[in-house]
Amino acid sequence: MLVVEELTTDYGAVRALDNASFQVQEGTITAVLGANGAGKTTLLRTISGLVRPTCGKVHLDGESITRMPVEDIVRRGLAHVPEGRGVIGELTVAENLRLGGLFRHHEAMPLEEIYELFPRLEERRTQPASRLSGGERQMLSIGRALASRPRALLLDEPSLGLAPLLVAQIMGLIRKLADTLGLAVVLVEQNARSALSIADRGVVLNLGHVVADQAPAELAADERLRRAYLGF
Amino acid sequence: MTKFIDLTLSGISDGAIYAAVALSLVLIWRATRIVNFAQGAMLMITTFIAYAVISSGASYVVGFVVALLSGLLLGAVIERVLIRRVEDAPPLNAVIVTLGLYTLLVAVAGMIWGNTPKSFPAAFSLQGYKVGGTRLLFTPNDTFIVLVVIGVALGLAVLFRFTTLGLQMRAAAFRPEVARLLGVRVGRMFTLGWAFAALAGSVAGVLVAPSVFLGPNSFDPILIGGFVAAVLGGLDSPPGAVVGGLVLGVALSYVAGYEGSSLVPLAGLLILVAVLMVRPTGMFSATKERRV
Repeated sequence: MLVVEELTTDYGAVRALDNASFQVQEGTITAVLGANGAGKTTLLRTISGLVRPTCGKVHLDGESITRMPVEDIVRRGLAHVPEGRGVIGELTVAENLRLGGLFRHHEAMPLEEIYELFPRLEERRTQPASRLSGGERQMLSIGRALASRPRALLLDEPSLGLAPLLVAQIMGLIRKLADTLGLAVVLVEQNARSALSIADRGVVLNLGHVVADQAPAELAADERLRRAYLGF
Repeated sequence: MTKFIDLTLSGISDGAIYAAVALSLVLIWRATRIVNFAQGAMLMITTFIAYAVISSGASYVVGFVVALLSGLLLGAVIERVLIRRVEDAPPLNAVIVTLGLYTLLVAVAGMIWGNTPKSFPAAFSLQGYKVGGTRLLFTPNDTFIVLVVIGVALGLAVLFRFTTLGLQMRAAAFRPEVARLLGVRVGRMFTLGWAFAALAGSVAGVLVAPSVFLGPNSFDPILIGGFVAAVLGGLDSPPGAVVGGLVLGVALSYVAGYEGSSLVPLAGLLILVAVLMVRPTGMFSATKERRV
């Protein structure tokens, strides 16, 4: 279980995240929604240790991971798929995948299992990742995150720049992963409608504040919230 | 014809040295995006250490091995102590730090070993091979130089291509932040990058020392050659560094053999300017995606 407690992050004089708290149970998906600049990416970067919080705490399965080096947080079972599909274009598809599970040694997810989830990646395994299409890159970065068998998965805008059909596919896949692997998923999305369609919980951020933390159906039903922050 | 072959061969030998120096510059550039102006002084120090070991009575092989190990250590220590502090700073800071380090190392070497150049032993004979009564420029020691540099280049290629350590080092060099998110200890990879680079440099130092004599400033021309070779091959590409070194070595050897050795520095400079004008990214730069 991932617990975020009163997390606050400043960039110089700018408070990007202000006193944010929420929890994600294993096997569930929490969609984090909000406009550009609401603090969604900062939230993920603070959880995974890329950015240091000013105050507040993050717990993963009861253990505090606040202010740990990124490399150690990852080793405790948290995987972060960064925005813009953080594939390493100069490496091949297979090298990207191997890299993801390297620190788990023999306990890493075998590449065959990842290829079963993403058959496209097997076809392209010897190609440099820079040759992949947008959808394939997204599959690669999710597959690579799974290689380390994480317990919590942070996804930053997986639908960005993808065609609607692909978005639906990726969302379906994320739901399946949460269910079958028991992952605690934090899904940051601009595309509120598709994110809420698979989420168990919706958190709405505005100017760094959590302005709502509700079941997706309630969020979608609240016209004021929808109009003000979700744009649909 | 014999002359042409001879010039080509001895050019390959000179080129091997440039290649090793270029490799050391490229490895550091790839790992930390820093042009290491102190590289010439670093390999001078490790060569002096080999000199000290050999003149204390140890064999050439022991001296060579000590030079390599001290190269590894020197590179790692410099990265940890000095470079780590300027890695995230504006590029100019790193330039100034490496220039300062160059000055410091040259001064230290002068204080310890003096400024008069010393002769350094060669592994094999420096007398050229004899073919049909004419003595070639190409010597048994040149054969040794070429073989050693090929060995080092292949060793590094295997390390980067086929080992998990190499995979992590490449990932850290290309996308440090993504690499960290995948659990790669990026800082450690940078340290190792500097260590391996300094090792390649120390190989060049020991190999070239017999023909330039050993003094605090004797390796400056070699560093310039290595720099031209690195630019020729594209600063990002280790295979490019090797090919760039060989091309430069052979070209300069023709210039020296057919036009006179006084033109060599000028020719080197011309090649550098020509490359920067025609193909500033070098021969081997892949056109690759970059973050915007």
